[in-house]
Amino acid sequence: MFSVFRKTKELEGKIDEFLNVILEAALEFKQGMKYYLEGDFDEFEKRSEHVDQLEGRADRLRREIENKLYMEMLLPEARGDVLALLENSDDVLNIVADTIVEFSVEKPEFPPEINSHFMGLVDVSLEAVEEMVATVRAYFKDLTAVRDHVTKIMFFEKESDKIGERIKRFLFDKSDIDLSRKIHIRTFVTYLQTIADKAEDVGDRVSIYTIKRLM
Amino acid sequence: MTCFYLTSGLFLGWSLGANDAANVFGTAVGTKMVRFKLAAMVASIFVILGAVISGAGAAHTLGKLGSVNALGGSFTVALAASLTVSWMTKLGLPVSTTQAIVGAIVGWDFFSGALVDTDALTKIVSTWGISPLLTAFFSFLLFKLTRWSLRAIKMHILEMDLNTRLALILIGAFGAYSLGANNIANVMGVFVTANPFPDVNILGILTLTGKQLLFLIGGIAIAVGIYSYSYRVMKTVGSDLFKLSPIAALIVVFSESIVLFIFASQKLEHFLIRMNLPTIPLVPVSSSQAVVGGVIGIAFAKGGGRAINFKVLTRIFWGWIVTPLTAGVISFFALFFMQNVFQQKVYEPISYVVSEAVYEKLGDMDIRDPGLGVLKGKVFRNGRRFKKALKSLTKLSSGKINEVIEIAEIDSLKIDSIVASEKLNPHWFTYAQLKALKSLHGRVFAHKWQLVDALAELSEEWRFRENTRKNRPYNQELKKKYEKLFEVFRISRMREKHNELHELMGL
Repeated sequence: MFSVFRKTKELEGKIDEFLNVILEAALEFKQGMKYYLEGDFDEFEKRSEHVDQLEGRADRLRREIENKLYMEMLLPEARGDVLALLENSDDVLNIVADTIVEFSVEKPEFPPEINSHFMGLVDVSLEAVEEMVATVRAYFKDLTAVRDHVTKIMFFEKESDKIGERIKRFLFDKSDIDLSRKIHIRTFVTYLQTIADKAEDVGDRVSIYTIKRLM
Repeated sequence: MTCFYLTSGLFLGWSLGANDAANVFGTAVGTKMVRFKLAAMVASIFVILGAVISGAGAAHTLGKLGSVNALGGSFTVALAASLTVSWMTKLGLPVSTTQAIVGAIVGWDFFSGALVDTDALTKIVSTWGISPLLTAFFSFLLFKLTRWSLRAIKMHILEMDLNTRLALILIGAFGAYSLGANNIANVMGVFVTANPFPDVNILGILTLTGKQLLFLIGGIAIAVGIYSYSYRVMKTVGSDLFKLSPIAALIVVFSESIVLFIFASQKLEHFLIRMNLPTIPLVPVSSSQAVVGGVIGIAFAKGGGRAINFKVLTRIFWGWIVTPLTAGVISFFALFFMQNVFQQKVYEPISYVVSEAVYEKLGDMDIRDPGLGVLKGKVFRNGRRFKKALKSLTKLSSGKINEVIEIAEIDSLKIDSIVASEKLNPHWFTYAQLKALKSLHGRVFAHKWQLVDALAELSEEWRFRENTRKNRPYNQELKKKYEKLFEVFRISRMREKHNELHELMGL
């Protein structure tokens, strides 16, 4: 009997840990981008490597949680939803990790005027991810808080769209930069916007799943 | 032969287990929150416990409606009920064992000429309407309460899952217990008066009365129904009929169990009496209809009264009329065939007479009417004819007429002190009671009240107390003891030998 309670606690711990890993990766990404824009590439590479490790850890945790949910026939009603949530959150982390690897490989060069705007874009996009983590946590533990977090994700996603657009307009108005470089930079702006977009998708899912769970 | 007669009751029990266990564990198993094996085990154990420990209350009310007093009759009545249930299930009509058995018993009443106890009938029929309403009320309240507290507690989804499973099993156990306690009356109630089983003692620790043994066998039949067939029904209930979240299902089952329990519990009745509160009749109710009430309660709590399918409600309402009628008609004709084609005895005729002693007794009770003098000495072979005669010849009120019928009923009781020592439990009967009884050794009584009077004269402990609310449990207990005496000392063959009886009564 007690082992059932212990196992439940263990699994709860694993889910928390999984979400912590996503959060940590998001913060690490932000920090790495700061170093990148400052030109401190050594420090940037360290952060990039760490994000990669975190991504691997999150994958392992997710598989473990999913296996347990199925093997022990837990949450028969909400199992599908929980699974979808875990996988979609993990997808967001994958995009974060892929993006930082792209920076490390392609090393896009930003004109100095854009730097602060780009950092602003990084901030709002990753804040959307942080809120996404809070939303998923609320789905597991406190359904009443879900709505507030989803509203915040939506705000950050819109913000990232706005900042992204501004950067692109500024970029393509400039005549002293090659078109190839412009397109190269635009790709990275789009990467960051995608992060916020995907975080918003997770938020939307949680909203629906919450209605299902509110008896 | 006895075993054969029981088969129709066992079949009824089997179909009850197959169908109604789903009302307790349906959603739990259908949504895979609880495994069928575990659900079936818990349901079986608690159905049997409920039947044996608390089954007597509702069975008593059913017995009052018609005390089917020959095994052949019990067999036929239960068979008529089970045929009705299977036939209507096949037609896809909502059916409840309770309604079928009540119809079948009334059919027997008509066939045997016994009197229909209108009080008991009204009590039973009104409960059919009240039980879904009451379940709706409980589920409404419990739903609001649960929703409020769950939002306040903020439980993790996994803990909630675990707690819901545990609660589904615990409340399922309570539900199965209540189902056994309340519905065993449907399965075995008609066999109580003609019960073939003696009391048994198990290893000197536990004594099961004949009635409890009967209920145990009925409970086992229900358990067999649960194991053999209920899985299919549970899958349907859990996935098709009403889609409920496990927690909502839990509330429905809990409300339904409370209702089944309060309509079955004698302990609760005694408690209400002690608290000076109005009591609840102990009546078998339909668990399926209680469940429908519970779901409606939840719909209202969610603010979705519009979502209620009124077609379902109308069908249930028609079920209340069609089921008992069908069962009554089948029962009547089946009894006719049993008696005339298969030459089986389906009832013990009960005769009535206004003898000198009866006339005097009625005078003592202040029941006087010139018509009674005209009836003096005439023997009536069945209750309905006697009642008709009383109605046409006397000017007594219907309450008084019922009293006359009770006093005039011919019985044949012979007190035997050896039988008393063998069959009466000395822990239940007091020393003074047994002593008074044994001193009547050899005496024969033609009416129940004569034995009651004789015993009351000998010992204070055989006297009924003043009819106040406080004394009601005491009087009920004493009445049960008297009923046991009538059962133990009745010489059934004597009833047929009218001549001997007539001599005995000085006719």
